[in-house]
Amino acid sequence: MSADDPLVVANGAILPPYARGLGIEVDHEDAGSPVLGVEFGDRIQGRPGYLHGGALSGLMEMAAIAALQAELARRGGKIRMKPVNITVEFMRGGTAQRTYAAGRVTRAGRRMATVSAEAWQDDRAKPIATALMNILLSPAG
Amino acid sequence: MPEAPAPPHSRIPIPSGAAFDPSLAANLMTRFGHGGWLGMQYHDHGADWVEIALPWREDLVGVASTGVLASGPIISLMDNATSMAVWTRRGEFRPQVTLDLRVDYMRAAVPGTTLIGRGECYKLTRTIAFVRGIAHEGDLGDPVAHVAGTFIAMDGDGV
Repeated sequence: MSADDPLVVANGAILPPYARGLGIEVDHEDAGSPVLGVEFGDRIQGRPGYLHGGALSGLMEMAAIAALQAELARRGGKIRMKPVNITVEFMRGGTAQRTYAAGRVTRAGRRMATVSAEAWQDDRAKPIATALMNILLSPAG
Repeated sequence: MPEAPAPPHSRIPIPSGAAFDPSLAANLMTRFGHGGWLGMQYHDHGADWVEIALPWREDLVGVASTGVLASGPIISLMDNATSMAVWTRRGEFRPQVTLDLRVDYMRAAVPGTTLIGRGECYKLTRTIAFVRGIAHEGDLGDPVAHVAGTFIAMDGDGV
């Protein structure tokens, strides 16, 4: 991947093959943290006409990790991340339109990071799902 | 007025209340949409559990340099396996949505290995289904992930 690849966020967050395969892209940045977007399509559809809960979870997980990557990049130094768990709450059915997700680092210490993420469609004030992740941090060898 | 063309989702012709056969339904529901893109396949089932297989694929990888499967596909796999376990235990198909799902990652999935999602419905009420499950690679004693969650029936009481 080259530095001018649009999937490489300015602060170093890179979306993995899974995210690119689903069509997840960095839509824009908000206060130094990437906001991800994905178009509705068959490959992320679950029950007819609605987003698949797993695909939505995957999108939020990507947003959470991208937000943490951005935060860690600001600190400097190479750090490895290992997701410990994720809890997802579904509030509204995701319909056939563009979906966004953004992560927020609640706390990033030396060993653990807690990151939340939120997904929405046409109205950011009406999230369709939220996620909470615990991520183990260790210095990259 | 001419009749509107059938929407693409009419390809999944399972009416509410239809008898549920996990192997037939899984084969159908893993062929289209997100499950189809991921390449999910029916594996096995019992009275209150269903196993769905997810073969490893390069474009499902989370870290390109290691080849380890991303966790997104694991969530989707377990969402589908547990969802089908509910219909299997219920004995009929009823529209439902995921209320919440928690996934604990025990270890990284082995690159190149097919992952099996085993979903179980351990309690069923008229409205809520309680599920749990594990993602494994053939050895139930060495799981990749544990999950717990709930589903809500769309036509149940209080919805």
